[in-house]
Amino acid sequence: MNNLESKFGDFGGMYVPELLIPALDQLEQAFIDAQQDPEFQAEFMSLLKDYAGRPTAMTLSRNLVSNPLVKLYLKREDLLHGGAHKTNQVLGQALLTKRMGKTEVIAETGAGQHGVATALACALLGLKARIYMGAKDVERQSPNVFRMRLMGAEVIPVNAGSGTLKDAVNEAMRDWSANYDKAHYLLGTAAGPHPFPTIVREFHRMIGEETRAQILEKEGRLPDAVVACVGGGSNAIGMFADFIDEPSVRLVGVEPAGKGLHTHEHGATICTGTKGILHGAFSYIMQDADGQIEESYSVSAGLDYPAVGPQHAYLSDIGRAEYVAATDEEALNAFKLLARKEGIIPALESSHALAHALNMADEATEETIIVLNLSGRGDKDLAHVTQVLGDDI
Amino acid sequence: MARYETMFTQLDAKNEGAFVPFVMLGDPDKATSLQIIQTLIDNGADALELGFPYSDPIADGPTIQAASIRALGNGNTPSECLDIIADIRRDNPDIPIGLLLYSNLVLARGIDTFYAQAKASGVDSILIADVPLREAKRFIDVASSNEIDQILIAPPNATEETLQAIGQLSSGYTYLLGRAGVTGAETAAETPASELIEKLAKHKVAPPLLGFGISTPEQVAHAIHSGAAGAISGSATVNIIAKHLDNTPAMLSELGEFVQSMKAGTSKA
Repeated sequence: MNNLESKFGDFGGMYVPELLIPALDQLEQAFIDAQQDPEFQAEFMSLLKDYAGRPTAMTLSRNLVSNPLVKLYLKREDLLHGGAHKTNQVLGQALLTKRMGKTEVIAETGAGQHGVATALACALLGLKARIYMGAKDVERQSPNVFRMRLMGAEVIPVNAGSGTLKDAVNEAMRDWSANYDKAHYLLGTAAGPHPFPTIVREFHRMIGEETRAQILEKEGRLPDAVVACVGGGSNAIGMFADFIDEPSVRLVGVEPAGKGLHTHEHGATICTGTKGILHGAFSYIMQDADGQIEESYSVSAGLDYPAVGPQHAYLSDIGRAEYVAATDEEALNAFKLLARKEGIIPALESSHALAHALNMADEATEETIIVLNLSGRGDKDLAHVTQVLGDDI
Repeated sequence: MARYETMFTQLDAKNEGAFVPFVMLGDPDKATSLQIIQTLIDNGADALELGFPYSDPIADGPTIQAASIRALGNGNTPSECLDIIADIRRDNPDIPIGLLLYSNLVLARGIDTFYAQAKASGVDSILIADVPLREAKRFIDVASSNEIDQILIAPPNATEETLQAIGQLSSGYTYLLGRAGVTGAETAAETPASELIEKLAKHKVAPPLLGFGISTPEQVAHAIHSGAAGAISGSATVNIIAKHLDNTPAMLSELGEFVQSMKAGTSKA
């Protein structure tokens, strides 16, 4: 049996082959021990501060919002080393890997951001990384493939299935089931089997904790809403975690509506999905009537995933968090707007959250403080956005 | 008597173990799949292990993945899988038929509906690759109310606690994993499995069939001499299908020879 709760209501669980249960139990125990070990915590905190650059700033937007009733703050995870929030939890799991006496790390990556974060942590801590990436993504994201290789990681293209993120996850799990003795599977989001959703949340929860301290210092009160994009949901759960027990704070997750929720080309799993099991967890997923998994789509590779972290599914079901969606077009507009008005180029993922936060700002009829989790920077997206927008900027 | 029990009793009387081939239902298409399965039976398969094609089979290596993709590419659905089983059952009333599939296909239909339909098609046992003991209770409950054996997996790294639970809950047979990793003939099973089999016997589990990486009659013989009640061979069987996709008679003929040679390995004499 598990020492930590393995489910969020009905969601979550450990739907994996029996073979992987001992490895997941070992991970759970290592995590519990590490959380209570001052030495581990000190090392993690030191890496976050001195290597990754925490705490990250919180910036009040100057020109973005025209409604005088609204203050929109940006939590600047884009300033973190690696260019996105992902570095937080990767450092935590890399330290767990060493604690378990394992020397190798297996990871999956879609656009390459989690792969890059994994590669940098493994370079720093002397671990051997192999990173599965859909063959199509390897082609589309060649700069990130180069970054990973530069930092010493092996990048393995996955041709099986559709050759995208979900197939990379499948392949990583297959590798893990043969090599769990010496390798840790460093899963990149708050999804997958227990204990990953809990570990990833706890290793990102400083996002919300810092936000709380920073907003109290600046405004003397909690925000009315925190807003974050949701693919698998790691940056959002990191922002939400410290506010779940504060009913006055609205928790808003923004999913990718792609070319529109009425089309098949989107990745809005909670907004449109049905319940099912993918990659070890019961959650909302994109599937056909028979239960075969469908391909998701988004202009932003980091949100392009046909499942969602089980705690988000739960927070949605109990009505504690609200989940909406923004289209490619809305995200691209927000991407341009933040660059033009504030001199910040956001990741396309975070641009989805920004698009919705701007709508919330427009509609506010009383004094409102919103904190947007600017989960990553957009440098990685420049080639792709140039291709999509052409000269239309 | 339940079909597995009858089979094991009869095999014991003949001093033989069981040979159980695995194939993917609907691979490469419905008509050929029916011929393939009948060929396996006609050449000496003691029981059948049949897969439902699935988009994201995390416990399977490249050979079984490719079988899923072939079948799905030809329009296979879970309904077609159940139809194929019903056809096979009509002509073969005694052979034990087991399913091996993934949880989301069961959930999509509803657990109750799925098990009831499987039973009606003639299924004896169901193994869900991504449902470990810890999540198995609601599946086992529905299985027993439908008189289906829920097959549990005993992995090489199983704890005493896991083996004890398998002892309490297993029926039909126990799927004994010969090695870590995913399905595939590329990596041989790490026999002797005798150590794990001894432990299993202590916990009185249902008869263990050894699977994963079994591709030669010598491995079958070794499994049985190590105390297994039989052996399951999936990827080696499916490889023969993949090799002859453009020549069904050659495919069926090689499958027939393969089953005969593997079955010969089950003799305890």
